[in-house]
Amino acid sequence: MKITDLSLADLSRKLAAKEVSAVEATRACLDRIAAVDGAIHAFLLVDEAGALAQARASDERRARGEARGPLDGVPVALKDLFCTKGLPTTCGSRILEGFVPPYDSTHVQRLKDAGAVLLGKLNMDEFAMGSSNENSAFGPCHNPWDLARTTGGSSGGSAAAVAARMCFASLGTDTGGSIRQPAALTGTTGIKPTYGRCSRYGVIAFASSLDQVGPFARTVEDCATVLQTIAGRDPLDSTSLDAPVPDWVGGLANAEVKGMRLGVPREYFREGLDPDVERCVRAALRQLVDLGAELVEVSLPHTDYGIATYYLVAPAEASSNLARYDGVRYGLSVREEGGGLREMYFRTRAAGFGPEVKRRIMIGTYALSSGYYDAYYLRAQKVRTLIRRDFEAAFAEVDAIVAPTTPMPAFRLGERLDDPLQMYLGDVFAVPANLAGLPGMSVPCGFTAQDLPVGLQILGRPLDEASVFRVGAAYQRVTDWHLRAPKEVAS
Amino acid sequence: MALNREQVEHVAKLARLSLTTEEAERLSVQLTQILDYVAKLQELDVSKVEPTTHSVEVASTPLRDDVPRESLPVDEALANAPARDGSHFSVPRIIE
Repeated sequence: MKITDLSLADLSRKLAAKEVSAVEATRACLDRIAAVDGAIHAFLLVDEAGALAQARASDERRARGEARGPLDGVPVALKDLFCTKGLPTTCGSRILEGFVPPYDSTHVQRLKDAGAVLLGKLNMDEFAMGSSNENSAFGPCHNPWDLARTTGGSSGGSAAAVAARMCFASLGTDTGGSIRQPAALTGTTGIKPTYGRCSRYGVIAFASSLDQVGPFARTVEDCATVLQTIAGRDPLDSTSLDAPVPDWVGGLANAEVKGMRLGVPREYFREGLDPDVERCVRAALRQLVDLGAELVEVSLPHTDYGIATYYLVAPAEASSNLARYDGVRYGLSVREEGGGLREMYFRTRAAGFGPEVKRRIMIGTYALSSGYYDAYYLRAQKVRTLIRRDFEAAFAEVDAIVAPTTPMPAFRLGERLDDPLQMYLGDVFAVPANLAGLPGMSVPCGFTAQDLPVGLQILGRPLDEASVFRVGAAYQRVTDWHLRAPKEVAS
Repeated sequence: MALNREQVEHVAKLARLSLTTEEAERLSVQLTQILDYVAKLQELDVSKVEPTTHSVEVASTPLRDDVPRESLPVDEALANAPARDGSHFSVPRIIE
């Protein structure tokens, strides 16, 4: 077995047993990137020298008997919106081309403290706005299962890098499905934890009341290992929750769903759901019953209002967050001879932002503008309350909710580019969890007739990632969808 | 709710975005489609519903003690500046 085919947990054991060194593992990833990423384009930046230096330091620590834990020496990669001290961070945008952060985000710091090897920065939709990674200013990412199809987005690079085995885990962010949807479309496992579980310090902001950081990996256990490392209160983000981080990994060894009540939302199974996706998800539900879970039909009556709510709240917050790109302090600055400050703002932003980002800034500015605030933004925030209440009512009856992650498998590159609304509607099953702040995970649960991966979504109560992991781990113990690899990609 | 070219240009001005004629025309069509879609929120009676600003209730947002601590050195803070003047960011003239 090639090193890059190992799970994070297996690599971790081999590192501990000194059967593999961190430098060997890192070399294997770098070779793999060189071999396949020309065709996939998951990486925007590969920090070969930095990664090898971190790997050597890890091996030296281990030789001294000072290894730091399960991530020490494990190569991982980051969506290019995590600030990395001394390493360019673009957020997939021309407006930040050349920006080199003067500090590390909390997650980067925590991964470094845990001894992880940071391979580089991953492709993404510009400012995390998109569902196909096609809005990256640096070119789209290709799905390793079918290079003509999208990876999903916005964390497309994070998903593809794990799917094509270029790293053992990656970090992404999920504002309206941007971890779970690409995980589903690439056959990887990805979790968005409870809002506030992870800090947002040093994570370039999109929609602050929705943005949440989370890992991608090949297995539930590997996701739990990474989340365990990065989660927890951070004094640098006042919305990070001051809640104890349980021992998720330890709890998974004997994870069982026996006796669990799992809610199946009727609004997620109907017209518009791809028949192959439905077949795979229904089969997964039967398997959970075979494992001893009880399925309970639940209703989330405001599901249909999720997209409309999200596409007001998120752009409104984005239009405010993105006001900082003004050409004064960092990034692109377009200054004309004899032009004034105002002109610089207009020209810089026109040249630096791509079409989708402009579209969202426009929607958000409109929704917040005088005379429209009540009708749009405030109303959306009220509907958000109704969506939260749907989940509260459902979780009074069940321990977790199981449903499809997306209505469709990976679509073709270019297919939805001219129709933004159509692209938005694909997020119908993903955005409610963001609006309600709930933890949600996607695990692979089968393939369509065209051999495209399908994801099962597992949602939990706020702060109950443990139940989400438990369902996912029990399912992965009796299935092997998550272990399948795309056929060899050649650059 | 249709958003005509003039309204699009007004919103763009608020957002400090200069748009080409082509962009403004395309946005007028696309934003109208999107606003028509989100109008479905008007179907719901929310007269007695409180808005959600924080999805997860936070017991408190404690403020740290107001003690000075080390901050980013000036040179590092200015390292990405498109233009600087000594220890300041430099911008084009403000008064037109």
